[in-house]
Amino acid sequence: MTATSTEALTTELPVGRSTGWWGMVMFVVTEATLFACLLGSYFYLRFQYAGPWPPGDIGKPKLLVPLVMTAVLLPSSLPVVWAEHGIRKGQRWRLRAGLAATLVLGVTFLALQANEYAEKLREFTMTTNAYGSLFYLITGFHGLHVLVGLTMIGWLLAASLRGGSFGAHRHERVRNAAIYWHFVDAVWAAILFTIYLSPRL
Amino acid sequence: MPRKSLGSVSVDTTSDPTMRSRPERRRRLLAATVLCAAPALTGCSSGAPSALDPAGSGSGRVANLWWLLFWLSMAVFAEVMVVLAWALLVRRRPDVRVRHGQPLRFVTVAGAGIPLVILVTVYAVGLRDLAALGDEPGPRAPTIEVTGHKWWWEVRVQGVEGATANELHVPVGEKVRVRLRTADVLHSFWVPQLMPKTDLIAGEVRETWLHADRAGSYRGQCAEYCGTQHAHMAFLVVAEPRAQFDAWLARLAAPAPVPRTDAQRRGQEAFVRGSCAGCHAVRGTDANGGIGPDLSDVGSRWSIGAGAVPNDGGHLGGWIANSQTVKPGNYMPPQSVDAGRLPDLIAYLQSLK
Amino acid sequence: MSTTAAPAPGASRDELAALEEHWGERPSLRSWFSTVDHKRIGRRYLVTAAFFFVLAGLSALAMRTQLARPESRLLSPQEYNQLFTMHGTAMIFLFATPMLFGFGNFLVPLMIGSRDMAFPKLNALGYWVFLFAGLFMWASLPFGAAPNGGWFAYVPLTERTNTPGLHMDVYSLGLLFLGIATTAGSINFIVTALKLRAPGMSLNRVPLFVWAIVATAFMVIFALPALNLDNAMLFLDRRFGTHFFDPGAAGNVLLWQHLFWIFGHPDVYIIVMPALGIVSAVLPAFTRRGVVGYPLIVLAIVSISIISFGVWVHHMFATGLPRLSYSFFSAASTIITIPSGIQIFAWLATMALGRLVLKVPMLFLIGFIVTFVLGGFTGTMFALTAFDQQVTDSYFVVAHFHYVLIGGAVFPMLAGIYYWLPKITGRMYHERLGRWAFWLVFAGMHVTFFPMHLYGLFGMPRRVYTYRSEPGWDGWNLVATVGSYLLAVGLLLVLVGVVHAVRRGRPAPPDPWGGDSLEWSTDSPPKPYNFPVLPRVHSLHPTWDEESRASMVDDAGDRVLADGRKTLFTSELDGHRERVVQMPEASLQPLVLAVALLVFFTAMLAAWYPVAAVAALAVAATIAVWLWPPRRPDQELGVQA
Ligand code: HEA
Ligand code: HEA
Ligand code: HEC
Ligand code: CUA
Ligand SMILES: [Cu+2]
Repeated sequence: MTATSTEALTTELPVGRSTGWWGMVMFVVTEATLFACLLGSYFYLRFQYAGPWPPGDIGKPKLLVPLVMTAVLLPSSLPVVWAEHGIRKGQRWRLRAGLAATLVLGVTFLALQANEYAEKLREFTMTTNAYGSLFYLITGFHGLHVLVGLTMIGWLLAASLRGGSFGAHRHERVRNAAIYWHFVDAVWAAILFTIYLSPRL
Repeated sequence: MPRKSLGSVSVDTTSDPTMRSRPERRRRLLAATVLCAAPALTGCSSGAPSALDPAGSGSGRVANLWWLLFWLSMAVFAEVMVVLAWALLVRRRPDVRVRHGQPLRFVTVAGAGIPLVILVTVYAVGLRDLAALGDEPGPRAPTIEVTGHKWWWEVRVQGVEGATANELHVPVGEKVRVRLRTADVLHSFWVPQLMPKTDLIAGEVRETWLHADRAGSYRGQCAEYCGTQHAHMAFLVVAEPRAQFDAWLARLAAPAPVPRTDAQRRGQEAFVRGSCAGCHAVRGTDANGGIGPDLSDVGSRWSIGAGAVPNDGGHLGGWIANSQTVKPGNYMPPQSVDAGRLPDLIAYLQSLK
Repeated sequence: MSTTAAPAPGASRDELAALEEHWGERPSLRSWFSTVDHKRIGRRYLVTAAFFFVLAGLSALAMRTQLARPESRLLSPQEYNQLFTMHGTAMIFLFATPMLFGFGNFLVPLMIGSRDMAFPKLNALGYWVFLFAGLFMWASLPFGAAPNGGWFAYVPLTERTNTPGLHMDVYSLGLLFLGIATTAGSINFIVTALKLRAPGMSLNRVPLFVWAIVATAFMVIFALPALNLDNAMLFLDRRFGTHFFDPGAAGNVLLWQHLFWIFGHPDVYIIVMPALGIVSAVLPAFTRRGVVGYPLIVLAIVSISIISFGVWVHHMFATGLPRLSYSFFSAASTIITIPSGIQIFAWLATMALGRLVLKVPMLFLIGFIVTFVLGGFTGTMFALTAFDQQVTDSYFVVAHFHYVLIGGAVFPMLAGIYYWLPKITGRMYHERLGRWAFWLVFAGMHVTFFPMHLYGLFGMPRRVYTYRSEPGWDGWNLVATVGSYLLAVGLLLVLVGVVHAVRRGRPAPPDPWGGDSLEWSTDSPPKPYNFPVLPRVHSLHPTWDEESRASMVDDAGDRVLADGRKTLFTSELDGHRERVVQMPEASLQPLVLAVALLVFFTAMLAAWYPVAAVAALAVAATIAVWLWPPRRPDQELGVQA
């Protein structure tokens, strides 16, 4: 990603995809494979298990909170898109405003998740049984990704507030972080389906 | 009952697999000699629980499959070697002119076409054999329940009270169902001369079967790495005529023999009152521990410690005093038996057959 | 150490001086730690992987010595079990893959006519992480706390109840740590090969070795997550009491095996694929012609990398899964031999049409063909479930995988070492010494591993620390042990040969073999900037092709790029020139990041969780600084007021 950091010094106008873009895409691909394995493991354990699912005394997951979480997280990609389009035109204020909005949404999501955990932990923990282990691993791992994504967004915001960082010719990092954020978002949809909806099907 | 030793060689000549000299065997030995280009092979394989010396329909099929695969491989290998040798002999001369063609047809035919034909054929044969191996014995076949422990085998027969360890008997010529469970980690049940492997999976029950078409004793061994003493987790399958098998079942159901000499009686006393009874059971006595193997017929077992040492007085004494020197890491702690009591204990255990 | 310089009239004296100024590194302690030069990093990968190979090989010699006689008491079972686990784990993870990544690192930029990898700093990070992860794992051995659950670490044996102590924590954390390096390296290879190829190097002119490395990198991208997840779950089970693999609490022990082999099977091709790439790269020089059937080989490479994800269950043929699934995975495993067959016959055809030059690298290639084909055949035999159930987990399998791993990967690596030694060190090796090494290694290999087929068929299971004499396996085991000593002597001669070449080898010309790919059209060893003039590629064999060679001399003004640390981006498919880019300077950040990671993983191992948290923050901070955008004036950025 650093390779392109000084491209404006160069003699030619940027054409074609950058190495940073490819690097981020490849990183997202391997991360997506990781989530696929994770969700695959969930279904494997579920269908190998003879009894009712979730096992033990654990009830079927409630939908309200996760749906609210979804309603917060999924739209959080839009400000990023809007911000990125802004900086492509050199509008720094759009970049700042969009990133800030995403930051707020993402933090709200994490707060809601923390709240949900507080409730769930009273019902079961990671050590209750394999379902508990899966639940906390999958959602926790995703939460960690949201945190990483928010760190990136916050980092972009800090850089853009400093000034001298991004502009119409210089938005590599914005685009790459945006790719990551969209990915974190999309994965949530798969998790919503697996953890919360599928036990009801 | 045939006498047994640690190898698969049984000394009872009537059932000794190695004493038979069938033309079939000779042909295979010849091929095996070709295979390793070492005439010593015949000498070395004869004592082995060899998959190429099958004694039952399961391994018999696989052995035939092996020879098919072996000869086909040799043929393709010869093909490769001929091209290689030709290149080495002819294309090394300084005067050869490099040719720049692209013989794609040769590459596709030799590298994909011919192999495809071979592969489809062997796949079909392999599928047939897989189906044959999955061909379960009928509902009335005897069912032997085997449970793997670190590092020994618990053996029971469905419908029979008693238990034994590291040794199971089957009637010659009949299919016997073997139901496999594990008490701890994964193990694998393998009798090379009778039947390929089936793993023992924690939390699940697996089934396989045994079918011996000649009497004899066949060495089996745990084939899934299971920790410190995976090396010493062998067992013996004794294939014998139906009558003897029924006698084995009867012995399994009956209480262990009662001591007849004074020494044996003192030994039993030491066993039942001592620490042994906490872990071991002997049918018909107060000893009913369930941690170690049932010792009701330990006197007749082919080995001590699942193949660790031969079953004789000396080794038995050594085992009891400190099995850790014999089979380091196994779950029987050293026993502080009085030196004076040890011979009695040995005498008693040896009388249990 | 530079020797004869390639004539480079394409760049003026001033330009050469400027290039030297921008790319050269003055030797100093700092530059040793901060370098991002792919050649230095590649060399380090090679040396470090070789070091781990020697450790793992010496473990194997200890094992073989223990197994020479029945009931030997040289090693305790606990020691043996740690040794064989470390042997397998290190050979696969710390030797084979990194060694080939070392070749890739050194060669890919040279072969595609670039001045460095796409992410030079990430490359340096990858090396440090690899080094630290390897040391992390080996350091446990002297404490008797090395992994001991076998290289595929089946649960429940590896769960805490059955294996208390640090052993398997070292395994899971070590592999997670190492995974960072492997993933980073793979992404780097893919992006480098996509964007940094010399102008004119369209996809159909990409050297086969580069194809192989890229396919390998893609396999890593898709396979490694399964292993990482598996290890994360194992660690959580062991440390924090989760139940992923616990059948008593809705878990399942086979989940481990599925995930492991979803990674593990592609992994064996991750190892063999770049090695086959080396074969395709070395062969042209010693047959005096291009490899037959370039498109077929590319097709074979691509199809192996895809099919390899559909065969993992063939490692679980004895677990009693449904027969239908066995027939599917059996068919897939049979089919995967076809692309290998195509490659073998393409190479044979190349040899049969060309003119053979029997130098040491070529000897190893011939050794490769003989050995790999035999190993491949036994693999095909396993693909038939019924046969596999008989021989799985016996020494027959040990024979198979050493034939394919040593025959299929180590022999090509050795060929590669002799072949590129002049390029890497600027010195020629000693031919006679090399021949001796070859014959000893070849004979030693077969004497060691051929008997394993036999005593595997005769019923000897693998992973036993000892055996009794009654089953009659002793003779063959003794033969195998003798063979392993022979093999060790052969490898020692390889080592002696390399040291000898570096110390007093004849200086190497730029192109001692008449090779066909671009690395031969620059100095031996290459200058820090690789090429004075970045080439323009006109064919698949640029060094054999007048036009491509001329491109580095005539008309080259816009491909010198001497006014900075610069190289060219080209388009992904056609290799059209896109733009000139600035490459990053040497930096200590990669080392700092790797150290922070080392602290993190060590703290996790020792259960000092607060320390781990601090280290994680240090990791994040280092990355944040690393990527922090430089400050630029607004008009350069293009900002509206
Ligand atoms: C470099 C690594 C490498 C390579 C290339 C291969 C190649 C192959 N392997 Fe191997 N394998 C391993 C490394 C490798 N393997 C390892 C490490 C293990 C053990 C893991 C463990 O348990 O510890 C293993 C185990 C293993 C098993 C499981 C065995 C068991 O545990 O029971 C199986 C089963 O199908 C298998 C199959 C194959 C097949 C079909 C190929 C094919 O790709 C081979 C193809 C090549 C050829 C066939 C030769 C060339 C072709 C021709 C000349 C054309 C004509 C050919 C025919 C007509 C057949 N391998
Ligand atoms: C690339 C992979 C690779 C390589 C190259 C090797 C190389 C060797 N392997 Fe390895 N092996 C594996 C991968 C590999 N192995 C794997 C994956 C397993 C499975 C582990 C498991 O079951 O979990 C295994 C298991 C395995 C076993 C089975 C253990 C068991 O099941 O109980 C044995 C037994 O003989 C063995 C032997 C050897 C020997 C003798 C070599 C020799 O080729 C080594 C030769 C190298 C050297 C000797 C070092 C270099 C020497 C010098 C530089 C000279 C200086 C030194 C002296 C002269 C003393 N290996
Ligand atoms: C703490 C438990 C424990 C105690 C106490 C114990 N044993 Fe054991 N014993 C075992 C276990 C476990 C094995 C199986 C070891 C193996 O093969 O891995 C075993 C195996 C044996 C065997 C070999 C059985 C066979 O078929 O291979 C004999 C004989 C034996 N014990 C005798 C004794 C005697 C006699 C005593 C008392 C003096 C005794 N044991 C006390 C646990 C115990
Ligand atoms: Cu039980 Cu190995
Ligand atoms: Cu495989």
